[in-house]
Amino acid sequence: MNRRTLLSRVVFSVCAALLGAAFALPLIWFVFAPFNAHADLDLAFPAPPTLVNFARVFANGVAVGALLNSLLQAFGTVLLVAATATLAAYALARTPLRGKHVIEYVLLLFSSVVSGSAAMVPIFLIVNALGLIDTQLAVILVFAGGLLPTAMFILRDFIASIPRGYEESALVAGASPWRAFVDVVVPVLRPGVTIAAVWAFVQVWGGFLIPFVLLRSEQRMPASVEIYSFYSQAGTPIVPLLAAYSALYSLPVIALYWYVNRKYGFRFFGGIKS
Amino acid sequence: MASIQLDKIGKSFGAIDTIREIDLAIGDGEFVCLLGPSGCGKTTTLRMIAGLEQPTRGSIRIGGRDVTHAQPKDRNVGMVFQDYALYPHMTIADNIAYPLKVRGVAESQRREKTREIADVLHIGELLDRLPAQISGGQQQRTSLARALVHPADAFLFDEPLSNLDARMRVEARAFLYHLQRSRGMTAVYVTHDQAEAMALSTRIAVMCAGDIVQYAPPLEIYRRPATTFVAGFVGDPPMNLIAAQATRSDRGIALRGAGLGMSPLASWPALDRALDHGDRVTVGVRPEHLRIAAGDDASNEMRGKLYANEAMGPESLVTLCLDDGVRVTARLFGDAPVRVDGEVAFSFDAAQITLFDARGMRIAGPGETPST
Ligand SMILES: Nc1ncnc2c1ncn2[C@@H]1O[C@H](COP(=O)(O)OP(=O)(O)OP(=O)(O)O)[C@@H](O)[C@H]1O
Ligand SMILES: [Mg+2]
Repeated sequence: MNRRTLLSRVVFSVCAALLGAAFALPLIWFVFAPFNAHADLDLAFPAPPTLVNFARVFANGVAVGALLNSLLQAFGTVLLVAATATLAAYALARTPLRGKHVIEYVLLLFSSVVSGSAAMVPIFLIVNALGLIDTQLAVILVFAGGLLPTAMFILRDFIASIPRGYEESALVAGASPWRAFVDVVVPVLRPGVTIAAVWAFVQVWGGFLIPFVLLRSEQRMPASVEIYSFYSQAGTPIVPLLAAYSALYSLPVIALYWYVNRKYGFRFFGGIKS
Repeated sequence: MASIQLDKIGKSFGAIDTIREIDLAIGDGEFVCLLGPSGCGKTTTLRMIAGLEQPTRGSIRIGGRDVTHAQPKDRNVGMVFQDYALYPHMTIADNIAYPLKVRGVAESQRREKTREIADVLHIGELLDRLPAQISGGQQQRTSLARALVHPADAFLFDEPLSNLDARMRVEARAFLYHLQRSRGMTAVYVTHDQAEAMALSTRIAVMCAGDIVQYAPPLEIYRRPATTFVAGFVGDPPMNLIAAQATRSDRGIALRGAGLGMSPLASWPALDRALDHGDRVTVGVRPEHLRIAAGDDASNEMRGKLYANEAMGPESLVTLCLDDGVRVTARLFGDAPVRVDGEVAFSFDAAQITLFDARGMRIAGPGETPST
């Protein structure tokens, strides 16, 4: 190895290390701070590590309830989206409907409007007219409506890659179309549905505006809204509690990714190995 | 088992008539092959029998029952798909047992029947594996087992052997023959391999561009192909077809073509009638009816330049290129090498030729009662 390549390697390694550190530092803070009774925004190793922050968070009934509300909203939405998106995407993929691509793209376009802030006022008015303000159902329905087109879009390619022969051989074997769908399509489609479900879960889990606008009572709020109760009146964060609550808040998402990765293994982009 | 009747069946995709009008009566216990080149509508016909495709016109009956608009599940047929279509998430056992499962057969009976058919097909030791974990030939037998596990009224095969290598094909072919004959199954079998059709069928329906051009037992099709299309499709190598001009004289009818010389034929009524519509005919001779002419005295011969001389072991294929570029092949039996070179002549027996009229329809032979 000559000096030039050695030098360039050293420079590269140093740059890479600095870049890596820049990304790693917030994560390291995120790991240490919840266990530090006196955590502030500086990076510090907790001395001694303690669970006192967690104890104080758990003593706060509303904050714990908010995590449960988040779970309820997320699972409710995921179930609804997974079921309806699978059926809708399947129907759309398998019927010779004229202009179905147009339908898909229009839906996709409007979904970003529905789940964005632009449509919040009409959505509020509709939900209000339905008498569903301050209900979890309203949150789930609005989330599901916004996520459905994209979930269908994710599933579309998975369905397109399933040979029709699978269903057809089931039909000839004596199955009704519904039975063939349940017995043959759904199991083969499971990795795709899982992708869509995880994606939907993460969207709801981090969603702020929809529950913030549609809910009134604090005891119905999800964690994404409730997390602001760890700010003082003046708007400054109570760092130790915020850190502990954030750790709890991110656990389900981490667990979900871990589970999916173990079960299917993420590929580089979006897809899942079957 | 049951009979199948297709009555004036037609199928259009958009403006295109894929199947024009098909009549096909398949008897109980028959093995009928749909034979034809790619894109002629074989699969479409089979899928209409299975109920996977709705005919645009006509009606279908299975066992006398009109099933034209019945769902696939109500037709009680077994089907083997070209790509096998095994369910990737189910074990081989579950794949085979699926038709029983959807019909609500009890678990214990399901297992017993699956085991039984799997043993017949020599896949008994693979039952716990997934389709991705077995070979192509084993997949083929699994899909066969799935079609056979339930006593269907009829069995439909869409080129089930086309994904196998040459040796396994021959083996699987004999197996299918044995299976069908021993069980008396009614079978419809799609193939574009004429050897498969010849070997397996009780009758062959030769299809061309959405029509059935001939429906007859294999030997009938081999001996008396209805059209030049059938003649050129059946046989390996297929029948040699040479364009010729017919001229009447008091010595009989003389047929002349590029490189073709024949002594005049004593005419017969069918030939006479055919020549009334035009003097252009096609002379067909099977490769196995050609010999290397011994001397210059052959009365019926074709003469051309040697094009290929292939020794296949039990037989040799010698191909000549006639003056107008048409190639004719002789199939010479025996493993002795054929020594020929340069200009070569084949001789043949006038009784073994098949004549086709100007439209390509076969002209009935001298001894036949002509069909209408
Ligand atoms: N769903 C469809 N839509 C439009 N055209 C179709 C459809 N299915 C088949 N065709 C057309 O109908 C014709 C016959 O198709 P078919 O699959 O029956 O042919 P085949 O005889 O089975 O050919 P191969 O030997 O290649 O399988 C083809 O020209 C094909 O393009
Ligand atoms: Mg086909």
